[in-house]
Amino acid sequence: MPVITYRDALGQAIREEMQRDDRVFLMGEEVGVYNGAYKVSKGFLQEFGEMRVVDTPITELGFAGVGVGAAMVGLRPIIEFMTWNFALLAIDQVVNAAAKMLYMSGGQFKMPIVFRGPNGAALQLAAQHSQAWESWLAHIPGLKVIAPGTPYDAKGLLKSAIRDDNPVCVLEGEMLYNTKGEVPDEDYIIPLGKADLKREGDHCSIITHGKMVLVAMQAADQLAKDGIRVDVVDLRTVRPMDVEAIAASVNKTNRAVVLEEGWELCGVGAQVVDYIQRECFDSLDAPVVRVHQADTPMPYAKSLEKAAKPDLPKTIAAVRKVMYLD
Amino acid sequence: MATKVFMEALSPTMEEGKLVKWLKNEGDTVKSGDPLGEVETDKAIMELVARGDGVLRKRLVSEGASVPVGTLVGVIATKDENIDDLPAGAAAPPGAPAPQPEKPDVPAPAVEAQQSTGPSRGTPVPAPQPPAPPRPPAAPPAASAPPAPVPSQQQPATSGAVRSSPLARRLASERGVDLGTLQGSGPNGRIIKRDVENAPAGGARAATAPNAPAISREGDYQDVPLNNIRKVIAKRLSESIGPIPTFYLTVELDLTRVMEMRAAMAELGDEFKVSVNDVLLKAISIALSQHPEVNAHWLGDRIRNFNRVHLGMAVATDDGLIVPVIWDADRKGMAQISREAKELAKRARERKLKPEEFTGSTFSVSNLGMFGIDQFTAIINPPEAGILAIGTGEDKLVVVDGEPVVRKRVRITMSCDHRVIDGAVGAKFLQTLRRLVENPLMLVY
Repeated sequence: MPVITYRDALGQAIREEMQRDDRVFLMGEEVGVYNGAYKVSKGFLQEFGEMRVVDTPITELGFAGVGVGAAMVGLRPIIEFMTWNFALLAIDQVVNAAAKMLYMSGGQFKMPIVFRGPNGAALQLAAQHSQAWESWLAHIPGLKVIAPGTPYDAKGLLKSAIRDDNPVCVLEGEMLYNTKGEVPDEDYIIPLGKADLKREGDHCSIITHGKMVLVAMQAADQLAKDGIRVDVVDLRTVRPMDVEAIAASVNKTNRAVVLEEGWELCGVGAQVVDYIQRECFDSLDAPVVRVHQADTPMPYAKSLEKAAKPDLPKTIAAVRKVMYLD
Repeated sequence: MATKVFMEALSPTMEEGKLVKWLKNEGDTVKSGDPLGEVETDKAIMELVARGDGVLRKRLVSEGASVPVGTLVGVIATKDENIDDLPAGAAAPPGAPAPQPEKPDVPAPAVEAQQSTGPSRGTPVPAPQPPAPPRPPAAPPAASAPPAPVPSQQQPATSGAVRSSPLARRLASERGVDLGTLQGSGPNGRIIKRDVENAPAGGARAATAPNAPAISREGDYQDVPLNNIRKVIAKRLSESIGPIPTFYLTVELDLTRVMEMRAAMAELGDEFKVSVNDVLLKAISIALSQHPEVNAHWLGDRIRNFNRVHLGMAVATDDGLIVPVIWDADRKGMAQISREAKELAKRARERKLKPEEFTGSTFSVSNLGMFGIDQFTAIINPPEAGILAIGTGEDKLVVVDGEPVVRKRVRITMSCDHRVIDGAVGAKFLQTLRRLVENPLMLVY
């Protein structure tokens, strides 16, 4: 199986879907002439032409709204945000238009639109450009939210998102684009709403999504050297969340660490812990521990940024804590 | 510090106990949990165990003597500790009965009389024992063991409550382990899974208690307040036939298909053999699960309709009748019911039943078929609302489609407490039972 980057896996997904369905088009800042801010759409302008690969001005609210209108009349837009931090300017279209349209039109208008872009912190991009938005988006009924952590999941989930008749927010990662993994050349999809057990163990569950999947896998490797076997549950889709997968894992291991990029209060992890206490109360042998970003705007200074981010040492410490080892 | 040994309430209804046999002599070293002697309760012979470490210094009751619950029967202390004041000074505290479980799934723990002077209902967690010398953290079982833990604070909880994880509580309840006897290895002395798994008593009991009740869940039963009609029925009919106004309904069920099914199952091999009684127990359990209004208790001011079926099964022993319980019988397969019924009957006859094995039934069954009794009426075991009396299965001449044919038939009589069950309600339950017994394939669902 070919080994390709996360960036190319996304590109394959979009290209295959654009070839498969001529209603699908890509729109956003720098997606055409510049080949994409992160080169996901390299060569697309030549292949599909400027009717289907549309460069926009720096107007997030405007082109998100154009996308919503296009979806209402039967096209299937993919709206690329240069990052989700910039998508804040478009949040009214995402939340008030896209997420509500099917409901408020009494089912008359479907909303087959994808909003995608990098999410969370990269390296020293400072407070305004280093934020993880999944808990904001997942809060909204009407949206679906996916956060693939590997190239394989990125391709399969993005293809599902493009074929879905509902608005789907795709949370990618600047630090993920260059990661590599096996991705089949052919057409495959991964259903939305299904978690993936990325590692099997019976001592503790790490439940996570997106970029933190890599951290969880590294933690699993390192803990295995000490004889600690962890389940790594990759949610893949944040909304709707795969409660069954969470419960199956925690009921097996009796202990859980919930790992995410975002802040603690009202974070995705808070919801996961709620599901755990509802579904696994009598299986818990220790309180659940969460790992997340420090409750502060992301510092610019390298040392402080490192201190604020969830990372491998913090994840390992959390697992040892729920195992009562430290 | 010396540990007093009291006659403990080893069954929910025990008021006094006979010390059948001492298992330790004065001067023997004993550890917490060691059996000190055998005690005959009103229902079974049980072990009286040490609640502290040391030497059994005094035996204050001779073998064969009966004493009330709460009586001081012995003293455990260190070898040279002065205990002269103890036996004399220790007025036996009032015998505190074991807490009657509110719900049938909390096994009644033995209550240390010294600690429980008030009504103990609703607080089934015994007070902590004097802390045993700290033991090294138990090695986790090798197979699934994480590396040896560095226990944090090992002090037992000082608040009086036993700290334990939800999982530890569930496991302890399933295995019949008394959390109060364990020392927790989690933070602040919290009892966690490995502590329950490593508890020797728990392991041993787990093997012999297939019947241990599962954890309590919301929705095990519904309490129904009495409406005025029920109040009048209860009052008037109790004046007529009291205190339980009972009436009887008899049905004769056709066993042809049950016999066919048994024969077919027996052909599959010995492990599939079940008795007619096993099939009837299963059918009755399923019928009860569909009729919570019959699977009910009369509680004086309300009626409790159970959603779970814990089937009492009358067993004759040399000493008299006892009614062990098949827990959640409706959710068990016939093979398991068969095994449990056999095992419970055997241990009932050996007087080896534990209290939680003969309490908590929601409805009961009595079978005298093996004695050739055609039909009889059984007496309701209060607060249950009914009991089924099963007669012998025998060939009878019956009319089917206008033709006389020989069919295997059984007569079942239901005694109903009219305060709970009206005639039509009982009849509908028996209709369901007939459908199940005469079409036993329905039991597969």
